[in-house]
Amino acid sequence: MTASATVPAPPRAHQTASPPGRSGLTHALRGEWTKLTTVRSTLWCVLTTVAAGIGIGVLTTATDASHWRNAGLVSRVLFDPTAISLTGLLFGQLALGVLGVLTVSAEYGSGSIRSTFAAVPRRPVVLAAKALTFALVALVVGEAVSFSAFFVGQAILSGSTPTASLGQPGVLRAVTGGGLYLVALGLFALGLAAMIRHSAGAISTFVAIQLILPLVVSAFPASIGHPIGKYLPATIGNAMTATTAAGAHADFLPAFPPWRGFALLCAYAVGALVMGSVLMTRRDP
Amino acid sequence: MIEARGLTKHFGGTLAVDDLSFEVLPGQVTGFLGPNGSGKSTTMRMVLGLDRPDSGHVAVNGRRYHDLPWPLREVGGLLESRAVHPGRSARNHLRALAQTNALPARRVDEVLERVGLTAVAGKRAGKFSLGMTQRLGIAAALLGDPGILLFDEPVNGLDPEGILWVRTLLRGLAAEGRAVFVSSHLMSEMALTADHVVVIGRGHLIADLPMTQFVAQSSKAHVRVRSPQAEALHDVLTGAGASVTVGPDGAMVVGGLDAPAIGEMAARLGLTLHELAPQGASLEQAYMELTRDSVEFRAEPRGAPSSGTEEAPR
Repeated sequence: MTASATVPAPPRAHQTASPPGRSGLTHALRGEWTKLTTVRSTLWCVLTTVAAGIGIGVLTTATDASHWRNAGLVSRVLFDPTAISLTGLLFGQLALGVLGVLTVSAEYGSGSIRSTFAAVPRRPVVLAAKALTFALVALVVGEAVSFSAFFVGQAILSGSTPTASLGQPGVLRAVTGGGLYLVALGLFALGLAAMIRHSAGAISTFVAIQLILPLVVSAFPASIGHPIGKYLPATIGNAMTATTAAGAHADFLPAFPPWRGFALLCAYAVGALVMGSVLMTRRDP
Repeated sequence: MIEARGLTKHFGGTLAVDDLSFEVLPGQVTGFLGPNGSGKSTTMRMVLGLDRPDSGHVAVNGRRYHDLPWPLREVGGLLESRAVHPGRSARNHLRALAQTNALPARRVDEVLERVGLTAVAGKRAGKFSLGMTQRLGIAAALLGDPGILLFDEPVNGLDPEGILWVRTLLRGLAAEGRAVFVSSHLMSEMALTADHVVVIGRGHLIADLPMTQFVAQSSKAHVRVRSPQAEALHDVLTGAGASVTVGPDGAMVVGGLDAPAIGEMAARLGLTLHELAPQGASLEQAYMELTRDSVEFRAEPRGAPSSGTEEAPR
């Protein structure tokens, strides 16, 4: 057919070169890593975690060191220098939890989640990439803070009170456990954010679970409060950072043994992530 | 190409998109028109797999969006102006998107250059003006060099220079053989940009046809005629069933007959014509006629009889 003036030439089709295979988890991971490391809120959350984790450990160990002379027999017997030095983690957990929340909720808040889902339409892949990226950051930060707080704390205690070393029973487990606790708890917060989507709502829920729920449970009679209290993430964290069942946390709620508690916390995190993934997929962004 | 078949979407009890079918073909700009709230943005989100249709389906290059191996390399979308984290720089926003689709880093610089944001690429997107944010969104759409492009109100917030730039860009993309689907409420803008129009009102299809036909089909199309023998011509034309009105400048405005018919009629009778100019109805007119019944929110003329009770005098 010859080209005529009335019939426009058929448009030549645009061709885009595409590599073989398809966009998968590794590509999503690279994108999420770039996202996590290119906003200031990440740096602030990490710095707050470090400052709270080590700084509050310095305060508590310094206080215990100065009061040791007047401490009673029971206090001396139950004294757990490892747990005391890791007290700051229970505050640092809030900052790292906020980072977990923001990893998801900041995208919903700004609308960038639509760009993200247009680039990676399989939403469970997006959430998995976010969770893995966050977990890597949380693991490095969590363990670094936990070990730093431990060594700084023992240095402050030494000369005044008994101190712990990593070779003693349960000490390495408690210090490592402090970092692992932060990772699992942060993933739980990230999963909450996938369900709730709003930063303020997800952070409030997370803080309520960590700070308010333990107070409420403590207010109950022991027969009711103790069986419930075991299941709280904060109680699990206390047990994971102590070397003995009683530890420095005799005034806290009774807890599951450390690794069993950790398994339970991981189950919470997985549950929240799976639920978040289902809701993310079902709801229009 | 994009093929939508029977797309239907409710939000709560509201029917946003109602059994909508259309196609967007490569090599042309398809304008997507409709009053505010008529379902344009919802339709575009369904094309990009963001909103899930209640029924019906939409295919891009013959596949569901979710099944595209490298979505950004096949489809680029500008959805709303604010789809960027305010704390992240333009370059990092694009870099993250590029990585998810294994696009080389140089594509980021290329699209930044193309939309004119190179100088502010390191600035946080939250500090951008609406126009710059819009350009960043367009850069994101172009990132994967896709054959299908969707732009939801791309000229929003742009200055006249920017509007001209978008128009040239869209025409250029279509000339490269891409399918370009663009929504706008600026009818004059669409008249200059689109080859084809899809018009919706209250979520359902009102018109789907070439732009020239869309404008010509309107009952408002007419022909401007001037003749030294105006009275004789006037009688002939009205005798042939045309409507003739005489404008303030003495030219006749003829409806119901097209320019060739008028010219031939004049020639047969030996009448001289000084002007014979088809006046396509403006796109605004055509559009207003079509969507008159489907505008969700409309200002009622004052004093219009109300169907309910009479308003009490104050």
